Amino acid sequence: MLLKVSGLRKAFPGVQAIEDGSLELRAGEIHALVGENGAGKSTLIKILTGVHAPDEGTVVVAGETRRYASPIEAHRDGIVAIYQEFTLIPTLSIAANLFLGRERTRLGALQFRSEFDLANRVLARLGLALHPDTRVSSLSISEQQLVEIARALLVDARILIMDEPTAALTPREVVKLFGILRELSAQGIGILFISHRLNEVLEIADRITVMRDGVTISTRSAAGMSRRTLIELMVGRSLDDEFPKGSSEPGPVRLEVKALTGGKVREISFSARAGEIIGFAGLMGAGRTEMACLVFGADGKESGEVILDGRPLPIAGPHDAIQSGICLLTEDRKRQGLVLCASAKDNFAISSLSHWSRFGLLNLSTESERFEEHRKALAIKLVSPRQRAESLSGGNQQKLLVARWLEVDSKVIIFDEPTRGIDVGAKYEMYLLIRRLAAQGKVIILISSELPEILGMSDRILVMRAGRISGEITDVSSATQEQIMAMAV
Amino acid sequence: MKSIRRDTFFTRLLSDYGMLLVLVLLCVLFSLLTITEQTSTGKAGAHLLFEQISKEPPSDGRILIVAGSSGPEKEFASSLHRLLESAGYRLGELVGDPMQLRARIAEEVSGPPIAFVATTDVTRAVVENFRDIPAIADAKILTPPRRNWPTFLLADNLRNVANQITVIAIIAIGMTMVIITAGIDLSVGSLIALSAVVVAWVAGALGGTDISTLGILIAALAALVVCGLTGAFSGLMITAFKIPPFIATLAMMQVAAGVAYIISKGKPIYQLPDRFVWLGRGTEPLLDMPIAVILMLLFYLVAWIVMERSVLGRYIYAVGGNPEAARLAGIRVKRVLLFVYASCGLLAGLGGIIMASQLKSGAPTYGLSYELYVIAAVVVGGTSLSGGEGKIIGTLIGAFVIGVIQNGMNLTNIETYTQKVVLGLVILAAVLFDRLKQKGLTRRLRSSRPDSDDKEVH
Repeated sequence: MLLKVSGLRKAFPGVQAIEDGSLELRAGEIHALVGENGAGKSTLIKILTGVHAPDEGTVVVAGETRRYASPIEAHRDGIVAIYQEFTLIPTLSIAANLFLGRERTRLGALQFRSEFDLANRVLARLGLALHPDTRVSSLSISEQQLVEIARALLVDARILIMDEPTAALTPREVVKLFGILRELSAQGIGILFISHRLNEVLEIADRITVMRDGVTISTRSAAGMSRRTLIELMVGRSLDDEFPKGSSEPGPVRLEVKALTGGKVREISFSARAGEIIGFAGLMGAGRTEMACLVFGADGKESGEVILDGRPLPIAGPHDAIQSGICLLTEDRKRQGLVLCASAKDNFAISSLSHWSRFGLLNLSTESERFEEHRKALAIKLVSPRQRAESLSGGNQQKLLVARWLEVDSKVIIFDEPTRGIDVGAKYEMYLLIRRLAAQGKVIILISSELPEILGMSDRILVMRAGRISGEITDVSSATQEQIMAMAV
Repeated sequence: MKSIRRDTFFTRLLSDYGMLLVLVLLCVLFSLLTITEQTSTGKAGAHLLFEQISKEPPSDGRILIVAGSSGPEKEFASSLHRLLESAGYRLGELVGDPMQLRARIAEEVSGPPIAFVATTDVTRAVVENFRDIPAIADAKILTPPRRNWPTFLLADNLRNVANQITVIAIIAIGMTMVIITAGIDLSVGSLIALSAVVVAWVAGALGGTDISTLGILIAALAALVVCGLTGAFSGLMITAFKIPPFIATLAMMQVAAGVAYIISKGKPIYQLPDRFVWLGRGTEPLLDMPIAVILMLLFYLVAWIVMERSVLGRYIYAVGGNPEAARLAGIRVKRVLLFVYASCGLLAGLGGIIMASQLKSGAPTYGLSYELYVIAAVVVGGTSLSGGEGKIIGTLIGAFVIGVIQNGMNLTNIETYTQKVVLGLVILAAVLFDRLKQKGLTRRLRSSRPDSDDKEVH
């Protein structure tokens, strides 16, 4: 037993983050920690790594009761965490990053030779064929992640904690990472793995611990556990269906895209009917997001046409697309969707201000009314409309952005990874919302890397590969993930 | 969701305009430090003296009012005249410079004897010199009683503070917009000089001291156009070629300063008519306020409407908060930035015209390092250099804080070098205050979020 946590409690001002947390980690096991946002996973990890001190409870590391006052103490015990945001310095070399704070020196001079030797050895152990002198900024995300792992190995980590390690990786990179994790666990390292991607959790983990509302619900062996039981444990109720059923009959053709070309995207053509949900599947980098950006005018197209309701649209930028009723919910809410420091209401209103204003002056009361209406309809949870967008949960941020596009009278809404990083419960709400919008006669384009989502939501599926459409599935009800993957690779 | 703290009016006021409190404290401080015995003149002096005379009226004879020829002195004389006349005293009134006064007093032999000579502290010494004139040899000389009052709070001084900061405050409007878009404009100091030189040069070309009012307007317009275009050019470099604002405006700062020297051949241009000082030195008779100050307040009103109540203002905040998100929300980001830099240039041009009017000349040395004062006013006013946040009224308060500190230190005889040290520390303190405030704010938000996302709890 590497680690045993029991009876953990931790409160923050206004929030009981952990009510009753427990966890056991054995040497050489891969242990997944799952739960919705707000379940207390991250707080638990931060207590393990010494970032926070628990209010109550015990942490036993390798048989000794520990109470860490700082991350350095946890580090000394061989507990290393790798967070979603890497702590590497992009302008420095791999070796410099690996030995940051523990530089090998003699008489104050850096020992490059010995640093390089050690770095090479540890990089080789991870199957990373890179020179230690390479700048970190030139590495891919997965390579950077491996450098983080290498750094953990250099300090002889016995417990490796990884927070959403696959969030930014391509499927191929995920496979590679999992291979490395299995090897590390075979060497006796205990790996604690946090992820929202349940399929991956079921694939890699030996055991799974589920947390809900600050309480550890159960720890079970992953073998024989289904995705469905896992979700039910997470949300605390039985789940009838993960995806709501659609009922609407698609209407006449509204959107036609003809030979759209630009950047990575080559001659994409498709049409979509009113009320239709078209799923876009494909590997990361297949050009789905780029296609969306071309339709939306966010990127300049080289050639091709976008026709809405029989009218070719002269789209020179997002402004024109929005005016014509084409809207895009971006993949990266925080960077491309919201103005984080602005209020929820301002974020909602930003695209429709000109509708309510006269002579360029705002009509604040109309604005508040409209916001209130959408807030109620979409059940957006907030303290006040003046609340900063950054303080909302992922699901509520997403709803806020949907509300924005509802207000501009959109005809086509492109959802790019609409459920990434949001709770299982909030996901279901988002699916309901997408169904509702489709039922109103809007064209929905759904881009998603989660195949169950594509299969569960789409009326028709288009698969992209290397910037082109490589296949179409019209009979979605009998389609399989394998069928999509075959078209995608 | 265990505890929800709603912003009360006062916590909001304090977090939005915490500097207002600092400003008030500074005013109190300098008021206390500058309390001295004040001599009175003008209307106030007349009233004080009238009360004194009413308590001990002259048993017999006339009251002769004697005053100098300056504005407040004349006002003193006419106010006192009116007061005493309505109370039924027999009066004489003499106003003029010392030489005229002597002659006039000598003429006052005729008529009833003079019991009191009512004058001010300023003119008293002059009157004492006239004791040899028989008419007033035995008269009692009365002046308004002295009182203890802070020099800082004298109406003249306050007007002075407002007048001194007009140029900085007006340009700071543009700078606030620029900084809210996460940019910076270093060229405003040079644009002051360029504008002052252009207005004086064009005015000279159109007739110099004989110029018509229309000519003055054309000269001013020319300066505004030049500065507006310079700002727009910076904006173009920043939007079209993605040159960082710091670099683009640093370059324009050099260019504008150079052009100002070239146009003026390095020398101040003085040939300007007296009417030209109307904008910088004139006062509005009804409100008794300097024209430039009224103009400044008007501009702040407009700026407040733009930033708080207009679509454009929202766009400016959004572009500063997240340009990519703003673009994808349908905002034409480049147009917004172009507008912001052009306005900043335009306002710097207006600042230059006001300065030229105040100094009745245009010289390429004007506005030196003013960009720093302007940026300081914006920062002290609570606008964050990282963009997306800031308040226009905060900037006005920031400008006043800087003006009050400078004025207060002048009044308390702190030398210029020390003033610089203090000003630097004040800027630092303001930013520190802002940081602490933001830290407190995020903590409060985290504890009051409706469905806490434990990832974000630190």
